[in-house]
Amino acid sequence: MSSPSLRKPGELIFALLLVIFSVFVFWQAYKIAGLSSMSSAGAFPMAASFAMLLSSCFIFVKTLKTPKAEGMRFFYHCLPPVVAIIMAIILIYAVLLDSVGFTLTSFAFLFICIQILHRRSPFYTFALSLITLIVVYIVFRLIFQVVLPEGIVPEDRIIAVIKSLWS
Amino acid sequence: MDALSYFATSWVSPELFGLTALGTFLGIYIGAIPGLSVTMAVSILISFTFSWDVNNALCLMVGVYMGGVYGGSRTAILLNIPGAPSAIATAMDGYPLAQKGLAGEAIGLSTVMSVIGGFVGIIVLALAAPTVSKFAITFQPRDYMMLGILGITLVGSLSGGSLAKGIFAGALGLLVGTVGLDPMTAQERFTFGDVDLWNGINPVAVMIGMFGVGEALHQLHYMDKMVVKQKINRILPKLSDLKKYLPLSLQSSLLGVIIGALPGTGGDIAALMAYDHAKRITKNPKVPFGEGAKEGLIAPESANNAAVGGAYIPMLTLGIPGDAVTAVFIGALFIHGLNPGPLLLTEQPHMFWFTVGNLTLSNIFVLIFGLTGIKIFSKIVECPKGILIPIIFLLSIVGAYAINNSIVDIWWMLAFGILGYFMRLYRFPVGPVILGVILSSLTDQNWRRAILSERGDLGPFFAHIFTSPLSTVLFLAIVWIFFTQTPIWTKMVKPRLFRKKS
Repeated sequence: MSSPSLRKPGELIFALLLVIFSVFVFWQAYKIAGLSSMSSAGAFPMAASFAMLLSSCFIFVKTLKTPKAEGMRFFYHCLPPVVAIIMAIILIYAVLLDSVGFTLTSFAFLFICIQILHRRSPFYTFALSLITLIVVYIVFRLIFQVVLPEGIVPEDRIIAVIKSLWS
Repeated sequence: MDALSYFATSWVSPELFGLTALGTFLGIYIGAIPGLSVTMAVSILISFTFSWDVNNALCLMVGVYMGGVYGGSRTAILLNIPGAPSAIATAMDGYPLAQKGLAGEAIGLSTVMSVIGGFVGIIVLALAAPTVSKFAITFQPRDYMMLGILGITLVGSLSGGSLAKGIFAGALGLLVGTVGLDPMTAQERFTFGDVDLWNGINPVAVMIGMFGVGEALHQLHYMDKMVVKQKINRILPKLSDLKKYLPLSLQSSLLGVIIGALPGTGGDIAALMAYDHAKRITKNPKVPFGEGAKEGLIAPESANNAAVGGAYIPMLTLGIPGDAVTAVFIGALFIHGLNPGPLLLTEQPHMFWFTVGNLTLSNIFVLIFGLTGIKIFSKIVECPKGILIPIIFLLSIVGAYAINNSIVDIWWMLAFGILGYFMRLYRFPVGPVILGVILSSLTDQNWRRAILSERGDLGPFFAHIFTSPLSTVLFLAIVWIFFTQTPIWTKMVKPRLFRKKS
């Protein structure tokens, strides 16, 4: 990566966003109880947000002073396409998880992510995702008893059928 | 006698024994695989184990912690990539040793020294914690408040980079911790009228976001790093080496415990300071430091494992985390209905001795697993990141969902994941955020108790700080941290002091 004394693309905007966010939370903290007393419910949040405000202003000014890193682009060095794509896939995964269910969405998620990041033949990725999903399912759903969204797959019935094969 | 039976709880129960072994084993691999961190693993584990019996959950997590701190050294030696931050110092001399074909010996030596360090840490914990806890009962609310602030600022100032960024991260964590209904007056804070926010933002979701998703997203930058394979011959270290380096190992261990016990400093700083210490006291090293000196391997390895025991002291006796991992641990204890603090040792002594016994057992497993299975080890560590990272995402999302079976926690987790990604990118420390979230209610409530007892007046509050030696020390320590970051110190005093020394 670059040396710490150079400003990365987007760093200034990030610092500015932090200042704006700090102002907002400071104002919100003030609204809790105002300046009524040192022991009110709002006193501590105000102190914390004031510390955020001070330090973010300091960071902003310092970032402003540091020289810009030459030859660095935001969408190449800071948020490369692969990171943005993966972020988007995770968001879609989280949206669909509850309604479609754990098994289907997770399989699709693993398949797509491993295909993008590992770049092997689809059959290999398919097998790998399936094995991973089965292991995760056994460990977390069956051994750890974690409740996972069922969605449209009738898991209970499938497990009952598998169990009946044994007995 | 009671203490002994509590100590042995996890030794005699096959289930707990097995879970500790499993935890340690997993910890070694998690610590060793670059991109997987102990903090990440423990945060994800909390969400999966919170429905378990508390003993089972603690056995697994203690094992992961102990194993993980050790595991980082493996990849530092073999690949020159520290698997965990506490192994940064190990790579400096460990990798040169591996290049000389002494990888096996280096691993063996670091294993034994880690275990020695671990034992020193545990012994100090067992001896010191009861005393500290008795002392802690005399603490005033203002002392707790200042300890909380001290912990956050220490992490902020030591985790590298600027203090301002550390303070911002810590304050953000404190603020996130206040969201929801105020526990003292039930007033709404930052809820924006949303009932879902009354219980606040789940700290586990914040942890998984910051350390799971945030870290994994960051790892996507380093996808194409080549893996260099090393030849490994013998693993068992020479007895003569052990004898020769034992004094250094014990010294570094003690240093490690003390640094680990300070709020805000953990294994990574202990290891770096021990490395520096070894460099100073070794007058004529056989091999220069940085080129494969065994001293440079032993000191940090003893120190970082000793720091584990040290970090448990403030965690169990004061409820104040030493570093990010212990912050996560405190979160786990709270979830299981335990209240780490000065009363834990008197009200629930079994918990304390159980933890000590657990750490000891886990340390023994480090020795066993550390000296065996090296062949499988090098295979697993070479697991491509393209497969590993999607699995981390999957586990993070499932973990966040599992805490309350609610989608809202996933959103918080993702929001903090993306924030964590950008914070890492722009060199903000993320550890203080977690510390802040965990310490928020402790600092808030003690501040209000302290100021209420002064009838809301700031003057007597500051005046009374100087009537108690402890409060004075804590206050001066906080002032000192800020002072060392000002230009007066960095530009005027520090250069003069160091010039005198050289």
